Amino acid sequence: MAYEIVIGLETHTQLSTQTKIFSGSSTRYGAQPNTQANEVDMALPGTLPVMNRAAVAHAIRLGLAVGATIAPRSIFARKNYFYPDLPKNYQISQYEIPVVLGGSLTFFVGDKETTINLTRAHLEEDAGKSLHDNYIGPHGELSTGIDLNRTGTPLLEIVSEPEMRSAAEAVAYAKTLHSLVMWLGICDGNMQEGSFRVDVNVSVRPFGQKEFGTRAEIKNVNSFRFIERAINYEVRRQIELIEDGGKVVQETRLYDADLDETRSMRSKEDAHDYRYFPDPDLPPLVISQDWIDQVQQSMPALPDELRHRFINEFGIAPIDAAQLSSSREMATYFLDILEALELHPTDAATVMALRPARAKLAANWLMGEVSATLNREEKDIAQCPVAAPLLAALFKRILDNTISNKIARDVFAAMWAGEENGQPDAIIAAKGLTQINDSSAIEAMIDAVLAANAAIVAEYRAGKQKGFNSLVGQIMKAAKGKANPQQVNDLLKAKLDQA
Amino acid sequence: MSAALHGFLTLASLQAALAQGKLSATELAQDCLKQIQAQQGLNAFVHVDADLTLAQARAVDASRAAGRASPLSGVPIAHKDVFVTQGWRSTAGSNMLKDYVSPFDATVVSKLLTAGCVSLGKLNCDEFAMGSGNEHSAFGPAHNPWDHACVPGGSSGGSAAAVAARLVFATTGTDTGGSVRQPAALCGVSGIKPTYGVVSRYGMIAYGSSLDQAGVLAPAAADLVPLLDTISGFDVRDATSAEQCHGVPNAPGRIQSEFDKASAHFYSQASLPLKGLRIGVPTEYFGEGLSPEVGAAIEAALVQFEQLGAQRVSISLPRTRLSIPAYYVIAPAEASSNLSRYDGVRYGHRSDSYTDLANMTGRSRAEGFGTEVKRRILVGTYVLSQGYYDAYYLQAQRLRRMIADDFQAAFTQQCDVIMGPVTPTVAKTIGDNQDDPTADWLADIYTLGLNLAGLPGMSVPCGFGQSAAGKPLPIGLQIIGDYFDEGRLLAVAHQYQLATDWHQRSAGQA
Repeated sequence: MAYEIVIGLETHTQLSTQTKIFSGSSTRYGAQPNTQANEVDMALPGTLPVMNRAAVAHAIRLGLAVGATIAPRSIFARKNYFYPDLPKNYQISQYEIPVVLGGSLTFFVGDKETTINLTRAHLEEDAGKSLHDNYIGPHGELSTGIDLNRTGTPLLEIVSEPEMRSAAEAVAYAKTLHSLVMWLGICDGNMQEGSFRVDVNVSVRPFGQKEFGTRAEIKNVNSFRFIERAINYEVRRQIELIEDGGKVVQETRLYDADLDETRSMRSKEDAHDYRYFPDPDLPPLVISQDWIDQVQQSMPALPDELRHRFINEFGIAPIDAAQLSSSREMATYFLDILEALELHPTDAATVMALRPARAKLAANWLMGEVSATLNREEKDIAQCPVAAPLLAALFKRILDNTISNKIARDVFAAMWAGEENGQPDAIIAAKGLTQINDSSAIEAMIDAVLAANAAIVAEYRAGKQKGFNSLVGQIMKAAKGKANPQQVNDLLKAKLDQA
Repeated sequence: MSAALHGFLTLASLQAALAQGKLSATELAQDCLKQIQAQQGLNAFVHVDADLTLAQARAVDASRAAGRASPLSGVPIAHKDVFVTQGWRSTAGSNMLKDYVSPFDATVVSKLLTAGCVSLGKLNCDEFAMGSGNEHSAFGPAHNPWDHACVPGGSSGGSAAAVAARLVFATTGTDTGGSVRQPAALCGVSGIKPTYGVVSRYGMIAYGSSLDQAGVLAPAAADLVPLLDTISGFDVRDATSAEQCHGVPNAPGRIQSEFDKASAHFYSQASLPLKGLRIGVPTEYFGEGLSPEVGAAIEAALVQFEQLGAQRVSISLPRTRLSIPAYYVIAPAEASSNLSRYDGVRYGHRSDSYTDLANMTGRSRAEGFGTEVKRRILVGTYVLSQGYYDAYYLQAQRLRRMIADDFQAAFTQQCDVIMGPVTPTVAKTIGDNQDDPTADWLADIYTLGLNLAGLPGMSVPCGFGQSAAGKPLPIGLQIIGDYFDEGRLLAVAHQYQLATDWHQRSAGQA
């Protein structure tokens, strides 16, 4: 039988605020255990939570970016369960009325545009960490260590509708959400440090069946690759189970990357009764239209907007536009280059006329030489040592024929290495790389090469044209690569065809 | 009377003596320490530390010598042990926290310290403020100074007993369902619980967060004014504290000025100071269960108010009886969650023997909590459970709204203040009702409603009944005001106390 896969994702994004969601202690990662936890985080007697408005602003930002409704009044609830790294033994979360309702995310799976609806996004606090494995207690005994540094770090849990139908779609959704939250500056996106954690709900059903199958929730899958693998494993497991006459049970499962398998953590039967009720320590979270407008004004242009602009205004191919708008840093870098290229005084009509060629050159370079170098050096665009205005200065020399595209790569390498303070003109001058555009000089070089290669010339003229490239090569060699390649081509062809 | 405090009938006279240098804060503190020692049998205090107290007193004296005295400088007070304090242990009357010392002071504590009050230590109370007789304290019951065989009331039993025995001049208390007003009534002192949100809850060990409110106890209403005024105010660390009270910033000065304004008006009416004041008397507060002696004392007080010019209006608070089930669902529900943090992991009692983490938490809680606390945690856990939430918790919240609406209807249409008894009877004998734990719950009928509504209320002494041993036991009159009406409430009570002397009697002098 053929099965349809149904996937929904719940993503915990740690919000990049200076302080915790309900206390004034720092959210810094990686500090000595329990140095970033104050009396509120430790749930000392008499302490009370106070809402961090910066976390709310982050939630509003996400809501606006996905076209969701921002609840004018949302409620914090207590989710009660005992766990040693949860100091109050309840988590403050939003239950019945979350801050963000609805919205959607649009992205490409291959070249297919896909839209997935969101159910909700709600604010909550993170728990601390329990160190169970071989933790030695103060008296040398095998023990459990508790680190409360992470306690109270603000989380925005973003819940999708169960609308994804393949692992690839789920991964594309997760990647899009991941880059969006970083784009918005609300999450650092560091999956290794747990800033972006994905729980995957997976079920299968025979094609054509309307009802959902029973789902399993796979917890804390901490890389995109693992999301794909965990889903693939889980789908296989569920289908095999059904084919063998078994039944999928609703449960929470854990993905083990080493064994590449999911295994049961707890079943629905031992699911907690969390005894949710509104937290009496926190008044309802009221968000005025003014606040929303304020956040709206501080929003950056969104990836979708830029992608459309790149295609429609700059004439960039859709697939390239998608790549250039994949991160805010890349898009900004690209736009900064164009701005620098268009800086010189000229009329608007000329700027518009030249824009597609300039944009195409910049796009080709960013996705070609620049990306290749970044990959080789394991850097991302934000860490690129060549600043956008300097790269634009290099492009100007390509556009005005001072250097060829090929020579420009050498100049770029020198700029990357910081030679001549990364100034392309200085590098070109120092290395004597200026292109020879003087046709008489080029003709002289051509004549010399033709004279030395009478045999090839004769063959060419007899109709065997494959010697042409060899002649170009010799001319460029004589010119130390600096002759304008187009001119060399044109002039050589003219001379050969003359006789 | 050896106790220095017995020489001062009012806070004003004590303040004058301190200001004039007739008495130093240190001398007064030493005298209080002696009295506390002498009256140990009351078990009013759970932690006294002479060094800490005298250090505070000396600092106050030094400040005064340097010309930096404030009105409350040197006034001896003590805190209910649900306020956390640096230095003194903060136990909430529980074995769970019997050795716990807080790294910070509650907002109430630090405000009184800053104002120059000298703390004599921590006062006995029912465990986590759950109880109405101070019998549910891990450190044994506190006793009523009027008859040691009787309860002082609760949960702020130590707070009321200490003022009644003049061990300190004033005390702090907390009131979740009557825990300031009821012991004040049973011990014959004045006590006020302000509107929910007037005083910060930061540093108050939580019982029922939506109901908990700090209050103060002292001999007379006029004494309560500067104390309540000092501890009032918006606190950024308590999201439920009020920023504004009907458009006036919630800050010290507000209650004092409203008291002064109301008093000026009353004085201007000469021999009928309370002319124009409409007193709502709820018929439901005088039904079955009210003892004749309490009923008679309340009636006499109401007659006194009429003689002062006030007008008596019969009103109805039809949902009064329902405040008991509503309260005993909501408060335990919140408590069950609030007390989850006591798990033996980070602080507090940890069992000596356990098998694993869950067992450690289970055993620590089983050993650390007393019976009444366990009872309420169980009730609270039950009413929040899936399948019961709607029937109990949500239903109780609906009742709560209706109860608040009843009060609002009375205040907007019929009366300015509401008066009635605080308790159905005088203080019971310690140990009574042991086999019937809910019997005590039913006695909270007159006090629970205003916690559910968030209204301010107070108790002032208005007469005496008799204990089983034939000793006099005080009776309290409850005065309930509209939201943020603390200043006028205190002014009304003050007019009554200008005409009566019940509040001036202290235990042993009746």
